[in-house]
Amino acid sequence: MKKLVVLVLSLAMVFTCVGILSACGGSESSDEGSGDASTMKVGFICLHDENSTYDLNFINGAKEACEALGISEENYMIKTNIPEGQECYDAAAELADAGCGIIFADSFGHEDYMIQAAKDFPEVQFCHATGTKAHTEGLDNYHNAFASIYEGRYLAGVAAGMKLNEMIENGDIAEDEAKIGYVGAFTYAEVISGYTSFFLGARSICESATMEVTFTGSWYDETAEKEGANKLIDDGCVLISQHADSMGAPTACEKAGVPNVSYNGSTVDACPNTFIVSSRIDWAPYYKYAIQAAMNGEAIDTDWTGNLETGSVVLTEVNEKAAAEGTQEKIDEVKAQLEAGEIQVFDASAITVKNKPFESYKADVDTDPDYTPDTEAVVDGYFHESEFRSAPYFDVQIDGIKLLDTSF
Amino acid sequence: MSKASKEPLLHITKRKTMAWQKAWLIRLASIAAALIVAAIVTTTATGLDPASVFAKILEGAFGSERKIWILGKETAVLLCIAVAMAPAFRMKFWNLGGEGQVLIGAWMTAACMIYLGDKVPAPLLILISLVGAVVIGAVWAGIPAFFKAKWNTNETLFTLMMNYVAIQLVAYYIIIWESPKGSGKVGIINQATNAGWLPSIGSYQYLLNILIVACITVLMYIYLQYSKHGYEISVVGESQSTARYVGIKVDRVIIRTLLVSGGICGLCGFLMVAGTDHTITTTLAGGRGFLGVLVAWLAQFNALAMVLVSLLLCILSRGAGEISTAFGLNQSFGDILTGIILFFIIGSEFFINYRINFRGSDKAVKAAKSAGKEGGLH
Repeated sequence: MKKLVVLVLSLAMVFTCVGILSACGGSESSDEGSGDASTMKVGFICLHDENSTYDLNFINGAKEACEALGISEENYMIKTNIPEGQECYDAAAELADAGCGIIFADSFGHEDYMIQAAKDFPEVQFCHATGTKAHTEGLDNYHNAFASIYEGRYLAGVAAGMKLNEMIENGDIAEDEAKIGYVGAFTYAEVISGYTSFFLGARSICESATMEVTFTGSWYDETAEKEGANKLIDDGCVLISQHADSMGAPTACEKAGVPNVSYNGSTVDACPNTFIVSSRIDWAPYYKYAIQAAMNGEAIDTDWTGNLETGSVVLTEVNEKAAAEGTQEKIDEVKAQLEAGEIQVFDASAITVKNKPFESYKADVDTDPDYTPDTEAVVDGYFHESEFRSAPYFDVQIDGIKLLDTSF
Repeated sequence: MSKASKEPLLHITKRKTMAWQKAWLIRLASIAAALIVAAIVTTTATGLDPASVFAKILEGAFGSERKIWILGKETAVLLCIAVAMAPAFRMKFWNLGGEGQVLIGAWMTAACMIYLGDKVPAPLLILISLVGAVVIGAVWAGIPAFFKAKWNTNETLFTLMMNYVAIQLVAYYIIIWESPKGSGKVGIINQATNAGWLPSIGSYQYLLNILIVACITVLMYIYLQYSKHGYEISVVGESQSTARYVGIKVDRVIIRTLLVSGGICGLCGFLMVAGTDHTITTTLAGGRGFLGVLVAWLAQFNALAMVLVSLLLCILSRGAGEISTAFGLNQSFGDILTGIILFFIIGSEFFINYRINFRGSDKAVKAAKSAGKEGGLH
């Protein structure tokens, strides 16, 4: 009986403690900001957490932007592991409840739920990275953003071309063996735009370059990406790049001793002998711009496309150990030309489709279930990527690139 | 007289039934102990004040009206799956296919919404998707049940494999339904027309789902506790031979019970697609098909106790999300705390069902003495 009494008393103690503390917690959350400049709160919604290179890139950008704008830690909230379902709406609504004046989401599948939240919270700004619908929804408080990452890919392709030329000069491969392998996620415009610009960059340096592409059907599948890279290497590809978020392809390359052009950030630590260079989007400039605009009560662009100039498209340091000599200089040279508008990534004269010149192409810019092409994108001799909306819409299959599978 | 081998330090004996007050006290004590251990882990691992972490967990679950509604929505989903699992597991039929049964119901609902969205009036569309989802969920569970009943195949493996079939089927159709092309995402279905969406009661978007699941829970409680079917399920679960001996058609009970189990899972899929998410992904069930099994077991198949268990699990999971946001901790830390609490709760059931006797404790001594006396008579 004595034991029982002790048990009851200790239980009562623990629960009272928890009760009191939770009451304190409740009162803390009542001082919610209204959204003006001094108390502006910012919310971020991420599909995964910092274990995913994709989300890590966003989280780093978010922290950097908030720090630069002097937004203290208690005034910005990052919600991680938010699936692409009703949970995204719930998370957005909770952030709005907590007093956030502007809310960002990072994954493509969040878009519809962000639009829903934008309709329900007209006084809050909602910004969605990689989305496609802002320009057709017509909401004042819903915005899309992306970056002209195809320029970064093109520059990374230049580094790849330099490497191919070096291999040809050294006699490692014959001229017609300069085959690049590319591991993609889906046959999605963003991926197609990415590998095509990479290829065009490589071919601008190494004329005999060709490319093979395989798709994994997932944005993050380490095994599939590794297998994809190995398949391409077995197939005779002498250089690999990828558009998917795991370390699968880079580690497969390191093991096989095949040079790799990476994405989302440097993989030099894990792959010191094969990593050449990596391109990535830096989201901090967009976050700074959008948060600043929301603070000042100014309108945010419906579609915002960052570029080399805004610092949204960046390349990592070149790994001298794996890259060809003079790679950095060449990249700087081409970068200057791109920035000056002297060259265009999707220069129509450099592209043929089914052996015919690439003179006209109707792109599917406005999202609809039937993928109806609606906008002429080849004007003034080049394909205008990310101009009619921020997310890429280049989905042409050009000559020189062979797709091994298209089931995804 | 040969000396008996040395008595072990402790031995375990099965308890007779324990007074429910005492059993609940042990359960509460285990939660208190779990909180203490969780507090120690929190302080040593993160250096944070454990009290503020616990407060945040509760705030994450109950901190605002919206958070309470979200908690209700999440609890309803988990509870619905647990309620669906209960009859199967009570019958000792290891239905590990909850994940697939929910998903296939969700798939059917999405298919109806996509293909019939602009062809039939909204109420009829909801009815068609509801019936379709329940039937296909029942079929998904019924197939392994049929094989079990007829040929005694292993239901654990069979139901598990059916999950993968469902996941691959959904993955295949996502590629067909995706928009825009290549994105691998279906997006919100019928966002403009709301065709096939369950209506919301007033401005309470999640209330209808919660009410439906509440009704099912009560019905399942009555079904298991008071109906003839419920009794048959218990008998088959205890011993199939006994069941046969008393004239229960075991095959029929197995198939019938799994049709019920799968049907409710299918309904759960319907509620998620038509009621809340309005989209389909392969991860819609998100492991809750398995978590539901845990809930059913912990509640000892008492449908009403499942309400408490699923509520507790959902509070912990909502709290885990909140502390990862508030303290910049990885979500895994919340999962660690959940793990500690579950460990203690499951552990407490052991102490409720068994007694540990230490060597030299009075009861053990008494037992040894009486054994000695008996020995002396010979």
